[in-house]
Amino acid sequence: MLDTPKLPERHYLNNGHGLKSWLLTKDHKRIAIMYLISISAMFLLGGLFAGAVRLELMTPEGDLFLADTYNKMFTMHGVVMVFFFLIPSTPAVLGNFLIPPMIGAKDLAFPRINLLSLYIFWLGAAFFFYALFAGGVDTGWTFYTPFSSFSSNTNVIPTALGAFISGFSSILTGLNFIVTIHRMRAPGLTWFRLPLFVWAHYATSLIQVLGTPVVAITIIMVFVERAFGFGIFDPTRGGDPVLFQHLFWFYSHPAVYIMILPAMGVISEIVSTFSRKTIFGYSFVAFSSLAIAVFGFIVWAHHMFVAGISTYSALVFSFLSFSVAIPSAVKTFNWAATLYKGAISFETPMLYAYGFFGLFLIGGLTGLFLATLGTDIHLHDTYFVVSHFHYIMVGGAIMGYLGGLHFWWPKLVGRMYSEFLSRVSAILVFVGFNLTFFPQFILGYMGMPRRYHAYPDEFQVLNILSSAGAGVLGIGYLLPVIYFLWSLKRGEVAGPNPWGASGLEWQIPSPPPTENFKVQPVVHGEPYEYTPHVAREANLV
Amino acid sequence: MSNAVAHAEAHGHAVPHDALQHHFETMQQQKEASTLGMWVFLLTEVLFFGGLFFAYLLYRVWYFDAFAEASRTLDISLGAFNTAVLIGSSLTMALAVRSAQTNQRSATVRWLISTIVLGCVFLGVKVIEYADKFEHHHVPGPNFVSESVWAAQEQIFFSLYFTMTGLHALHMIVGVGVMSVVTWMAAKGRFDEHYYTPVEMTGLYWHFVDLVWIYLFPLLYLVERHN
Repeated sequence: MLDTPKLPERHYLNNGHGLKSWLLTKDHKRIAIMYLISISAMFLLGGLFAGAVRLELMTPEGDLFLADTYNKMFTMHGVVMVFFFLIPSTPAVLGNFLIPPMIGAKDLAFPRINLLSLYIFWLGAAFFFYALFAGGVDTGWTFYTPFSSFSSNTNVIPTALGAFISGFSSILTGLNFIVTIHRMRAPGLTWFRLPLFVWAHYATSLIQVLGTPVVAITIIMVFVERAFGFGIFDPTRGGDPVLFQHLFWFYSHPAVYIMILPAMGVISEIVSTFSRKTIFGYSFVAFSSLAIAVFGFIVWAHHMFVAGISTYSALVFSFLSFSVAIPSAVKTFNWAATLYKGAISFETPMLYAYGFFGLFLIGGLTGLFLATLGTDIHLHDTYFVVSHFHYIMVGGAIMGYLGGLHFWWPKLVGRMYSEFLSRVSAILVFVGFNLTFFPQFILGYMGMPRRYHAYPDEFQVLNILSSAGAGVLGIGYLLPVIYFLWSLKRGEVAGPNPWGASGLEWQIPSPPPTENFKVQPVVHGEPYEYTPHVAREANLV
Repeated sequence: MSNAVAHAEAHGHAVPHDALQHHFETMQQQKEASTLGMWVFLLTEVLFFGGLFFAYLLYRVWYFDAFAEASRTLDISLGAFNTAVLIGSSLTMALAVRSAQTNQRSATVRWLISTIVLGCVFLGVKVIEYADKFEHHHVPGPNFVSESVWAAQEQIFFSLYFTMTGLHALHMIVGVGVMSVVTWMAAKGRFDEHYYTPVEMTGLYWHFVDLVWIYLFPLLYLVERHN
């Protein structure tokens, strides 16, 4: 960077103005931006529900909400966060924006289907909002039968249909990525030259494509039971509610990996860039993504150890659940080895990556407690479980997503955000997160069950700590909104490659032109080559 | 038009085909992408129906007698007739794809229309069967009537029967809709031997829907017929 970088004259953001040019676009980058805005709004909404839950739990008495209202609060928090934020988060925003430039393509294989997936997402969200304004829903995000099919008198059908519909947006995104990665790679870009971000998204897409249809049909079965009085899970007619749980978790356990795998892909990119080293054990990291996707499909019954499944199947599922730790540990050790003797710098994305390491480590290891049959009986349905999956899904997945957003923000909009404020927010998020959720491990261990609005007095101190932490976390999440918006007009112009990173996406202008590449790039080198002259020579544009 | 393309390709400077989208380099790449995409989509469909087949398997093992009894109330001749109709429609569909490949516009349209007609015949027969179930109060729910000792579990069979055949019929309706568009495109002359992907993809989809029925027919109609 010898002279001050300037924004390119033509780029995807100014190629066409007005609402219509956005709503009818087929450009994967614009679709990604619309996803970003949509899921940010959903994240805010889900956060408000979480705030309501934490506010109620500041006192032992159930004094803020009625028990029924509280049930709706945590249900809607879960539904919004899982189906309308976490599942789309990294794939639909960062994956959508970055996979084509990372593999040297002009767009995803099916641009119209990409836009369709966004509209389907909006339609699903519309169903959810209908349920919300009609009085909410109280089944928990898991829709367990027979409560969801017969007992609950809240808006189960519109909520479940919202989840069903948004599932198709997820399927179409996954399908699009799989075909794109197979068929649209630039000449010379072999599978083992792909960025690990792309590998992670490939594994994620496999889960989206193989898992989501199963939860879709499960929701249909609940729907026909509730709407028409059919009986597939109805015990009075010989139906089995545990069958619902099997089918539900066949998707919903792998869904956790839909959330965490793309975040792992982000972390691989960040760690390599900010330690100026090629990733340690590239093929191990790549294959561990696939291994997580495969193992993820054969562990679902660990959610049901106390639901009356047989001891032998519980034993097998316990063993298989432990095996997921292997590819996860492979990744963690390889990232640590990448850092070793690297020229490490601590820009904001790297702070988020460090936050990810700490939180994912705790989240992953506490998962082993729950995979163990004996301890699970004590910990099942307590705050220990709540804390464990928040460490993975918030501590892991959202740290990765935010790290990625900070890493590629200059590519998205062409400008930098405030380095100072963003570091403050990264630290606030890390501290606030631990303050919120670490006490919940202790609460759960002491026996506080989840999903109640009142609790014994002796749990109050830890609950107040947790609620205070939620406040800090909330500020940590709101800060980026402020400095990202500020950066749009006033941020320093970033130039094509502000971090000196090695990927193909950094070789094109920021923000990129609509067609990404003026000429078809040809790839000669290996990924993550951090010798300075290689990056300069590879200048393709 | 198609001759022009062949001519240009022979001389090494390809004139892009009308149907080539901007983000693909070649027609070959575009076609491979569509084909892979369709197969992945069919994979999701297998898993979609898979959940129902799994529930069917479980309850059939648990409540075999109820399933056998309920299955005997289905009209085997209508089911067999519909099976023949659907297999026939798969043949006409395959002929439509072949005609599109060999650039025979009117034959393509003719075979597509035949497939649509056969699809509608299937759906018509399904309406007759459904009406019969309503008449005999075999629809699960509060109005269900059965004399059998297995009355409760028979409702599970009929719940699965309606969900499975209902979703299958919905897939056929979607298929007929898509085929109508493709027929219109074929009549307009949008396809030639270099570009007939929509016909081929619709064909893949239609064969899949046919295949689902090939499984549904024995599982629902032929549970135990020998006594």
